[in-house]
Amino acid sequence: MTPPRVVVVWCPDWPVVAGAVAAGLAAQTPAAVVAANQVLACSAAARAQGVRRGQRRREAQGRCPELVVLADDPDRDARMFEPVVAAVEALAPGVELVRPGLVAVPARGPTRYFGSEPAVAERIVDVVAAQAGMECQIGIADGLFAATLAAHRGLLVPPEDSAGFLATLSIAELHQPAADRAALVDLLHRLGLRTLGAFAALPVDDVASRFGLDGVRAHRLAQGLDERPLARRDPPVDLTVTRRFDLPLDRVDAAAFASREPAQQLHEALAARGLACIRLGISAWTEAEEQLHRVWRCAEPLTASGIADRVRWQLDGWLTSRGSHRGAGITLLQLIPEEAIGGQALQRGLWGESGEDDERACRALVRVQGMLGPEAVLIGVLGGGRDPTDRVRLVPWGEDPAPARDADSPWPGQLPAPSPSRVPARPLPAAVFDDAGRVIGVSGRGKLTGVPYRITVDGNPPRRVLTWAGPWPVEERWWEPGGGRRCARLQAVLDAEPAGPLAVLLGCETGRWKVEGIYE
Amino acid sequence: MAVASVASVLQQAPVAPASALEKRLDVPGGRPPFPVVEPVAPLLPGGLRPGSVVAVQGSMALLLALLAAATAQGAWAAVIGAGDLGVLAAAEAGVVVQRLALIPRPGPDPASVAAALLDGVALVALASTDRIPPGARRSLAARARQRGSVLLPLGRWPGADIELDCRAEAWHGAEAGHGRLRSREVVVRAVGRGAAARPRTARLLLPGPGGPVGEVLADLTIRAVS
Repeated sequence: MTPPRVVVVWCPDWPVVAGAVAAGLAAQTPAAVVAANQVLACSAAARAQGVRRGQRRREAQGRCPELVVLADDPDRDARMFEPVVAAVEALAPGVELVRPGLVAVPARGPTRYFGSEPAVAERIVDVVAAQAGMECQIGIADGLFAATLAAHRGLLVPPEDSAGFLATLSIAELHQPAADRAALVDLLHRLGLRTLGAFAALPVDDVASRFGLDGVRAHRLAQGLDERPLARRDPPVDLTVTRRFDLPLDRVDAAAFASREPAQQLHEALAARGLACIRLGISAWTEAEEQLHRVWRCAEPLTASGIADRVRWQLDGWLTSRGSHRGAGITLLQLIPEEAIGGQALQRGLWGESGEDDERACRALVRVQGMLGPEAVLIGVLGGGRDPTDRVRLVPWGEDPAPARDADSPWPGQLPAPSPSRVPARPLPAAVFDDAGRVIGVSGRGKLTGVPYRITVDGNPPRRVLTWAGPWPVEERWWEPGGGRRCARLQAVLDAEPAGPLAVLLGCETGRWKVEGIYE
Repeated sequence: MAVASVASVLQQAPVAPASALEKRLDVPGGRPPFPVVEPVAPLLPGGLRPGSVVAVQGSMALLLALLAAATAQGAWAAVIGAGDLGVLAAAEAGVVVQRLALIPRPGPDPASVAAALLDGVALVALASTDRIPPGARRSLAARARQRGSVLLPLGRWPGADIELDCRAEAWHGAEAGHGRLRSREVVVRAVGRGAAARPRTARLLLPGPGGPVGEVLADLTIRAVS
């Protein structure tokens, strides 16, 4: 069976082109992408000077001393290729991205639309050049393999003629970047099979018994058949649920009623595709033409009632909160599944099994998030670090509670327990004086320049120092240019009559004292 | 026939012995009290009673000590309006911080946030209590009683079931540049209503060595005096 006609859009030497664009090199600069000390791809200018794929770096540099060597970065290649894919997708639906630099489209639709295959090729070259600013070559043939080889040569192979086109080509063409068949090609070459046609002429049973499954695949390719059918990348289906209310919603109970049905619809649409929503976008338009939007991220996939709850809470929050939209009813509601996961991949509860207590607490916290916004409810995550601020990261409730830094690594200079029970979000400015009223700092050797006698905090009247401990110098990231931090910490017990002694944690950085913690 | 139906009715609503009745009258919804750590227990006989209001004055560390045992047993806690709560100190005091929700900025109406949390969170602490009008205080206390949660205002709260007042006495460990802060000796005074009307006092180490609340040992007091 003849495989379907395929248009292949190929950007020659893509890794080099992408790397050169990213590095801001001129087009005629000889450049090569090198991975594991071997040339992976080279520009036309480099090729003219004798650089070839597979050469060692030193050899390539020997042939072309001004060669610019670029690192291999598949992410960069893919990222830079996206505009090309978008340009092709604008002309023809069902684009399949084979690898960065090579994209395939079924030929039937665009051929009928634009009239002929040469017209399609011309059109794609124009659009890619205009929209993405890249040069590309087009090949059209039966099947992806033949079309790819045709694209390398810029050919349009007539229908039903792919086998004939392939027969004369070298057996080395089986070795493509995506499929490593160097060993097979070498073996076939030594067996005297120099062309694809000669290999294709072998009986398939013999190929299978001698070369195995990969050999059979290569044999199918050499015959002009497809290794596998094209898998399409279709634009994602829009599952957004939209509701327009003829009577604007201005009461909480009406909103609660109205939220149920769209939530059910969204859940069913997702479930029909085997999906469950973990990030839900809720948008509303008010009578005052104001658009409100909030995204709910959830630790567990949302059920229909979970979606309805969140919509209700959010509408409740919008309708009852203060703000310019107060009093204006909601005329349009949109539920957007911002992120969905496979329905089977149900995430475990954040903290193991979800018990009844956990569920009740969950509901209450989510409700508060609806009143104040998702960032209002925080959970502390303990991690590594040296001072009480560094060691705690506050994450909005429902987000991934991963510590920022490893707590088990050694943190020299870390303060031992007990830690201050109050840590001001912004350290309070302080000043330390000795008994003669002179300001005390910390010397370069990490010693106090006097005996602390009084301390003022945040402009309040000075308090007597009953006793103190420290200072302890802390040096962080001194190896980074400009990123280092030197400071000294001091614990002081202040006389705070009538409340009794009050202990504070002071930090001195660049000569300024700050209260970093209060032991209350 | 009639006998069988009576038996089935009894099965649906089992009759409790009189001894259990007393306990259940004390506890709304039949929920057992939330446990507290050993050194604090003399101040709160029977632990934190569900539905009660326990006001905490003068110490954040005392609040953390009250939350420690309950969160370790799986209860949830929330702290409203205390943006400077030291999460690290909470963890050292024995609080399971994964079940400690912080609402540092409750907006203009902290009472409504507290009411929403009392629905599902067992222990709800509320800072800046002077901003709560008396009417809202009463409805919050009623909400706590109805839902079997404990409201822990940080500050004065007229009508609280128990008021805990913490006064620092001395810090141990630091000495004119040497050593480091290790523990603080405090006196906590508990005044309650009704059965708990007789004031109780306890001398505690808050925080004790390493973070959790400790009991004052005799030899330590002697050293502190000398």
